[in-house]
Amino acid sequence: MPNRSQIQARAAMMRVRFEAAGAQVVDPPLLQPAETLLDLYGEDIRARAYVTSDALRGEQMLRPDFTLPVVQMHMREGAEPARYTYSGEVFRRQEHDPDRANEYVQVGYEVFDRDDPAGADAEVFSLFALQLRGLPLRAATGDIGILIAAVEGLRTTDRRKAALMRHLWRPRRFRTLLDRFAGRRPAPEQRDALLDTAEPLATDAPMIGKRRKAEIEARIDALREDRAAPPISDNELVGLETLLNVRETMPFALEQLRDVAVDLPQITPALDRLEARVAALQARGVDVGRLDFEASYGRTSMEYYDGFVFGFYAEGRPDLPPVATGGRYDALTRRLGNGAEIPAIGGVIRPDLMLEIEEATQ
Amino acid sequence: MSLKLGVPSKGRLMDKTFAWFDKRGITLSRSGSDREYAGKVEGIDGVSLILLSAGEIPRELAAGRIHLGVTGIDLVHEKLPRWEQQVEEISQLGFGKADLIIAAPACWVDVDTLDDLDAAAAAFRKTHGHRLRIATKYHRLVREFLTDAGVADYTLVDSQGATEGTVMNETAEAIADITSTGETLRANHLKILSDGLILQSQATLWRSRVAKCDAEDKDVLTALLDRLT
Repeated sequence: MPNRSQIQARAAMMRVRFEAAGAQVVDPPLLQPAETLLDLYGEDIRARAYVTSDALRGEQMLRPDFTLPVVQMHMREGAEPARYTYSGEVFRRQEHDPDRANEYVQVGYEVFDRDDPAGADAEVFSLFALQLRGLPLRAATGDIGILIAAVEGLRTTDRRKAALMRHLWRPRRFRTLLDRFAGRRPAPEQRDALLDTAEPLATDAPMIGKRRKAEIEARIDALREDRAAPPISDNELVGLETLLNVRETMPFALEQLRDVAVDLPQITPALDRLEARVAALQARGVDVGRLDFEASYGRTSMEYYDGFVFGFYAEGRPDLPPVATGGRYDALTRRLGNGAEIPAIGGVIRPDLMLEIEEATQ
Repeated sequence: MSLKLGVPSKGRLMDKTFAWFDKRGITLSRSGSDREYAGKVEGIDGVSLILLSAGEIPRELAAGRIHLGVTGIDLVHEKLPRWEQQVEEISQLGFGKADLIIAAPACWVDVDTLDDLDAAAAAFRKTHGHRLRIATKYHRLVREFLTDAGVADYTLVDSQGATEGTVMNETAEAIADITSTGETLRANHLKILSDGLILQSQATLWRSRVAKCDAEDKDVLTALLDRLT
């Protein structure tokens, strides 16, 4: 196993390479205010991050990643365009697998650039591929933006679309909702009974709690409206299912997705962006003909990615977490930007895993 | 050395545990006054009684400071991640039965399932600017249960007692707590979600997998478990 100084040395070396690519070194604090993280990820983050507190500043978290503080810093004071690099420890609670590290080093690279998103996607991916060159790794790519476009363009109610968008990153729940909205799965029994009652709010129970009567009424109205709305069409449902199952090398994936766009024309702009990315990757010497693309890739990881996503995995070592991951997070800059926004993409590499794989292959 | 048995130090749980052992020919008792947390064991040699708060027994088992302990399934599952590797379930004792459940105000006629709770949470967050709060002391179990069910936009707030009152006091919108008869829930105008059962618990005898045993302890343990199971 690599020791700490070997890992730090490797991290420093990679950071220097990112600097040579034009990045400015940043060093966010280890302790991050818990509020922003909780607001963004909700209760789930408590299962993943260490929380501590003092009477003065309240709850703080040991940084579970760098992206969030780097985005906050950029939105506060960054010039445009900007490239940042960093290296240091991140901390992740591990309650199920004692073999997974709860503290490890990440080296990262983030690009904030308005002009050429496809170029920035290709820049980050090819820089990562270069840093990882020679290791027996498999790259996986995807694009959350295509799925988002597909959902946003469905011919159904805004409420249904919002519900699907909310659960884009929870595939099982997404599936349940989709089946229900398409009329393939009945609504819960009790719900029908409630909506059939003339006065659903007639109850002996006293009104208690902060959720007021008007909110309950509003939800019943929404449920009634939803029951009256026509189901999502078979065409669109089949289109979505086909889309989610696309798993091919990049050029073939694009071809299959163009076929899907016959039923789901709303994904065409996202596919144009994918095509531009393929060209930009090619221009940087990436062998796209052998690069895997999965339309569902990235759906179970952190919620902030909303475009191009990628990861590098050790061949024949399914026990290891990915050696590198990254993606586009335009919407995150909007949420943390107080009205400002900028297209952004970045990723992280784990030097400890690189060294472990190198040792094993020697 | 002797074999250490940890038992809840007060209340009905202690009395019923004592009765359960008594039925199997082993008499547990508190020595000295009612206020003194020392105990004695009659009917078998080589066993010493440790009186502890039921909430501390999982930790003591996992640390190997006691060999056997009586406490609820809920507490073991909540406090010991990967509990199967740290303790072994010897016997469920048939009392202290309670369910860990999610409950919401009975006036929420539109909320019957976790599916409804999730939808209500989304709307609540939009209206009030903060997440729907669920009061509980079972943070890990509740979080895992809700994550698995795909509920979002909620937050857990810690409540170590009188949890049923938090909704009326508007410090939480829903609760996750232990109930046996549902009486307290009804009195506080709460209802259990129809798919809101997280865990069925009861008082259980556990064996620590990590407590050190010398040869003598092992013999005593075998003899004791023979009598108990």
